[in-house]
Amino acid sequence: MTVKEVVEKMGLTVFSGEKGLDKEVLGGYTSDLLSDVMGHAKEGQIWVSLQTHKNVMAVAGLKDLAAIVLVKGLKPEEDTIAVSNEEGVPVLGTTEQCFEFTGKLYALINN
Amino acid sequence: MELEYKVEGGDFTQAGYASSQVKKVLKQLGINPIVIKRVVVALYEAEVNIVAHAYRGVITAFLNEDGIRLVLDDEGPGIPDIDQAMVKGYSTASKEVREMGFGAGMGLPNIKDNADEFDIVSEVGKGTRLNIFIKYI
Repeated sequence: MTVKEVVEKMGLTVFSGEKGLDKEVLGGYTSDLLSDVMGHAKEGQIWVSLQTHKNVMAVAGLKDLAAIVLVKGLKPEEDTIAVSNEEGVPVLGTTEQCFEFTGKLYALINN
Repeated sequence: MELEYKVEGGDFTQAGYASSQVKKVLKQLGINPIVIKRVVVALYEAEVNIVAHAYRGVITAFLNEDGIRLVLDDEGPGIPDIDQAMVKGYSTASKEVREMGFGAGMGLPNIKDNADEFDIVSEVGKGTRLNIFIKYI
């Protein structure tokens, strides 16, 4: 499944990084601790978080993550959007909270 | 080949720059992706530690024949108790740094898990040197 298909099936907002929408989604990782994501997330995963600052892009880019989903209606900061567009790592958004969204994403990816 | 990057303490807008540059070079050189992944985790954590704790630092990456050596030298407060700093979950990061999702006490353990050799030399009031070696496979 591509990032674009996840966006369509889950009704997500695309804030930035559109050129990465065709990337393949290999799983998901939910965490707000950057070192946790750095140490344990895997290439191709969608990262679910409430961190909106630019450093999430550094982590996502270094780990070759498929996309970032900001929960609870949070919006990325401006410099986050700039890096997302440069690197082609999409920043997406949902109004749902972390628990619900992660559950639905898990079900979608594993079905 | 030798790569060198300067890191400013407290400047989180640039955190990860050196790691991302080193990653690009390793990719261009066709280094095994598993090795690159290990280098990226170890180097990013070490780079963020300079930003979060030190005043300034220099990162040098030596691309040797058998692997990559990363040397991170900083001017900063130093680490009074290295054994304690290595304990998972122990952190001296500020509230602001923690709110960004850093400072969870996972950085040094992450480095150790991804390095074939890792040592820390630190002098309180002067600075810290990290020496990391990751073998090619």
